[in-house]
Amino acid sequence: MSDLRTIIIDGQEVDCDPALTLIQACEQAGVEIPRFCYHERLSIAGNCRMCLVEIAGGPPKPAASCHMQVRDLRPGPDGQPPEVKTNSPMVKHAREGVMEFLLINHPLDCPICDQGGECDLQDQAMAYGVDFSRFREAKRAVVDPELGPLVATQMTRCISCTRCVRFITEVAGMAELGQTGRGEDSEITNYLGRMLESEMQGNIVDLCPVGALTNKPYAFTARPWELKKTQSIDVMDALGSNIRVDTRGREVMRVLPRNHDGVNEEWLADRSRYVWDGLRRQRLDKPYIRRDGKLTPATWGEAFEAIAGAAKSAGENVAAVAGDHASVEAMWALKGLMAALGSDRVECRTDGAKLPIGNRSGYAGTARIEDLDEADAILVVGCNPRQDAPVLNSRIRKAWLNGAVVGTLGAPVDLTFETMHLGDDLSYFEGSQPPPGENRIMLVGQDALTRADGLSVLGHVMARAEAHDAKLLVLHRAASRVGGMDIGFAHDDGMACLDGASLIVNLGADEFDMPDGAFVVYQGSHGDRGAHRADVILPGAAYTEQSGIFVNTEGRPQMANRAGFPPGDAREDWAILRALSAVVGTALPYDTMAALRKDLFAAHPHLAAIDQVPENEWQPVAAGALDKSPIVASGVDHYLANPILRASEVMGEVSRLAASRQQAMAAE
Amino acid sequence: MLDDKDRIFSNLYGMFDRSLKGAMARGHWDGTAGIIARGRDAIIEEMKSSGLRGRGGAGFPTGLKWSFMPKESDGRPHYLVVNADESEPGTCKDREIMRHDPHTLIEGCLIASFAMSANACYIYLRGEYIREREALQIAIDECYDAGLLGKNAARSGWDFDLYLHHGAGAYICGEETALLESLEGKKGMPRLKPPFPAGVGLYGCPTTVNNVESIAVAPTILRRGAEWFAGIGRANNTGTKLFAVSGHVNNPCVVEDAMSISMQELIDRHCGGVRGGWKNLKAVIPGGASVRCIPAPLCDECIMDFDHLSGLKSGLGTAAVIVMDQSTDVIKAIWRLSKFYKHESCGQCTPCREGTGWMMRVMDRLVKGEAEVEEIDMLYEVTKQVEGHTICALGDAAAWPIQGLITHFRDEIEDRIKARRAGRVSAVAAE
Repeated sequence: MSDLRTIIIDGQEVDCDPALTLIQACEQAGVEIPRFCYHERLSIAGNCRMCLVEIAGGPPKPAASCHMQVRDLRPGPDGQPPEVKTNSPMVKHAREGVMEFLLINHPLDCPICDQGGECDLQDQAMAYGVDFSRFREAKRAVVDPELGPLVATQMTRCISCTRCVRFITEVAGMAELGQTGRGEDSEITNYLGRMLESEMQGNIVDLCPVGALTNKPYAFTARPWELKKTQSIDVMDALGSNIRVDTRGREVMRVLPRNHDGVNEEWLADRSRYVWDGLRRQRLDKPYIRRDGKLTPATWGEAFEAIAGAAKSAGENVAAVAGDHASVEAMWALKGLMAALGSDRVECRTDGAKLPIGNRSGYAGTARIEDLDEADAILVVGCNPRQDAPVLNSRIRKAWLNGAVVGTLGAPVDLTFETMHLGDDLSYFEGSQPPPGENRIMLVGQDALTRADGLSVLGHVMARAEAHDAKLLVLHRAASRVGGMDIGFAHDDGMACLDGASLIVNLGADEFDMPDGAFVVYQGSHGDRGAHRADVILPGAAYTEQSGIFVNTEGRPQMANRAGFPPGDAREDWAILRALSAVVGTALPYDTMAALRKDLFAAHPHLAAIDQVPENEWQPVAAGALDKSPIVASGVDHYLANPILRASEVMGEVSRLAASRQQAMAAE
Repeated sequence: MLDDKDRIFSNLYGMFDRSLKGAMARGHWDGTAGIIARGRDAIIEEMKSSGLRGRGGAGFPTGLKWSFMPKESDGRPHYLVVNADESEPGTCKDREIMRHDPHTLIEGCLIASFAMSANACYIYLRGEYIREREALQIAIDECYDAGLLGKNAARSGWDFDLYLHHGAGAYICGEETALLESLEGKKGMPRLKPPFPAGVGLYGCPTTVNNVESIAVAPTILRRGAEWFAGIGRANNTGTKLFAVSGHVNNPCVVEDAMSISMQELIDRHCGGVRGGWKNLKAVIPGGASVRCIPAPLCDECIMDFDHLSGLKSGLGTAAVIVMDQSTDVIKAIWRLSKFYKHESCGQCTPCREGTGWMMRVMDRLVKGEAEVEEIDMLYEVTKQVEGHTICALGDAAAWPIQGLITHFRDEIEDRIKARRAGRVSAVAAE
């Protein structure tokens, strides 16, 4: 490591990469530098001036450490290493000065500000500011722009760090915010009063170091110190974003992203962040039995009895289906229950995707999400990553910003960046020209795989990936899908395996047509389409109310944790199934979640390696005949794609606004 | 005093023919190809030994600046950008060059661009300079027609294009990196340095930004030799300089004279003296709005060059001398500058965005005397909190005039406050 450079930070010698900025070098040395505008994942603005440090022997003024690189430092006259001071009188004076300037026009309305308790300005004023004010002039007031139903604005509090502008422009890819005006009259604002349209706009709330941009639905409901914080996994898409669920008592108050470089970096899609009001509405909080065509409340005992009766008459003619939010454990228990009843008719591919059973390289792919960062050619086949997984799309955008070429096959999509559209249909696979670059990734989505020739499409994609030495990433929409495929919760006949069954247990699947005639048990958290078609409803816990493993779209098992308790009589999914198994006379061999997991891990050891992406053995799928017709986009409203989202008023509003914009565009 | 034969700008007042023919008759565009034939290194060496320091305000040696450009292109083009965004209050020297003697500038652009391997040069012109733009454009067109610009410019073998770009009138666009941003079509906000423009400048390519006067004097220096230029003025402050004298003088003017001329000689000889005589002088701002003022007692011995004025904690700046006689309300004069800087701050970085407004408002009250005496020290401290903490030099420029005021006229400010408190009507408040 000869290319390291030695510098002295506060008297301590540090060897660091010359490409690092001083703020990063100081971090390595364990020296904290206050900052507002600097953010690791955004471009460097250098405008807050809070991170000033002294360069010994340099110019007689401090330098911005967020911007100055180690290689910019010059050694001393006798070749001694350059010296950076972060605690000298000059630095203290600079910090106090900047802090004072930031505060003079700040309203100091902390008692009524939602950022209170998690405010960078508050914290740094305590640490680096002075304890009195000598500003006697009138403070500035700024008009608040209307940014829509998700982000509340109090721009008088803004310190013009431009993090929000940089995020929306660079990461979200929509230039919807900007700084207008000059000098002290400059304002962060939207374009001609237009609301934000980005599907990742909620992140600007996290980025805002002050209370200028706050979470609108969460406004004035809780203080951060009253909230219990639970680390968990999001299930609104198959990305498996790492989240922190903040609860007060039983209620989920908000959802925030957690940093995971391999998955979501530190971003979160709006539907994952703002879905929490859907967790309070339309909930199934007691069992129901259909009596005389009407669903009527019942006790657990009555419900189980009704199911036992149906199971007895059904015999082995039973089947089960698992929905998009089912944890691996719940599906494992359900699969066990079905096996005990003598049936292997279980299915999780409710959208009819032709995912190859038992071929992990085919349904989970071989690429990791992280590989996108290094990719220089990405082919997107039959999906709209911007809707299916907005955070993943911003990662593809990042690759594009770094020079990657992105091609798309299928219905034309606007991914917020320039793409090469290679055709609506699959005729691309008739040619053979290799994509540019060396690190290639093929991203195949559900619009392609749910076609009748879905398996052939996958075969062609895999063949092409093999020919061009590309990695494969399968983009799922459902958080439970890869987990379900991993434990073999799938049948060779696909969804047709449900046909003709006398008893069907539906574990939270709402987006498909249940065959007529069967006695249907719906176990889930929300009263949606699946519950309407049920004969017995078993109230289950939502994803924030039970622990469970979810395997994300790249095949990474992650553990979601319980942040609160389910409402009313609702119970955790695995426990319901365990209890049900005893009632139907074939008790499952575990009484605790730990025992269930032991059983599960014995059969599928890779699931025990939480947060590890297993290497998948490459098993090509036959590249059969392809349908000539164009790939049709699913048309699912991604803001309303599942029962929890549909129960959310906030998401309903966001969806309505998106639709009206679409309409206005069509009318033009 | 400078001899007429040593003047570079022989048509500063527009009394002679401004066209190419007239300029050539006065000796411009003479042997340009020959100068270029000397080669890059020779030209830069000559500029270095002439001791020419940048005429835009900071006084950085021009030859040295040119030498920072990469010797060999790495595939990126090089650019010369001429900063004609002359917006510093009191400064009006470049406009005289552009409207009356534009060929000095155009010839300079060709030679300087050649010395930096630039095939294109942009002149970024202040938004308010409409007539100057017309005059300069006419001159450029003339040169194209005469083959002095374009392919094989002036038969030197060097292909060279000169573009005139009109700004929109923001003061901050005179800051070199903000100018580049503006030229690229973005909002004129200064860039972070490093990287410096010589490495990453216009469109990410090596760029040198020079003041109009620095470029316009280059051809004559190269024609007459570095020794001639270096022989004028003091060591390290050589050459001739355009001085723009305004304010309370009998005859405000722009005049070319030798560096290190004494301030009194400059004012008495060229401007007809201070209104009411030298004894009536109160203060002088010697280098445009951005430097600290000098009170009358220090003006007696003052000479006009970079080193002497910075020794007085002021600066030569753009050599825009603003003269104030005893009738001036100097507090209000400086307040006006504060208002200017508050208006022109781009708002990018915190100390300048917040500090310029604060300083102006305190100055507001000091003008009326509605303040505490302690607030004078507070204001001084605030200026110190702005100075040196900003991305560009506008913060410094906003701080220095106030620092000069407090250093030299503190008693006057205190008197104003006391008068206000005592109900005593001072001469100024009675206005």
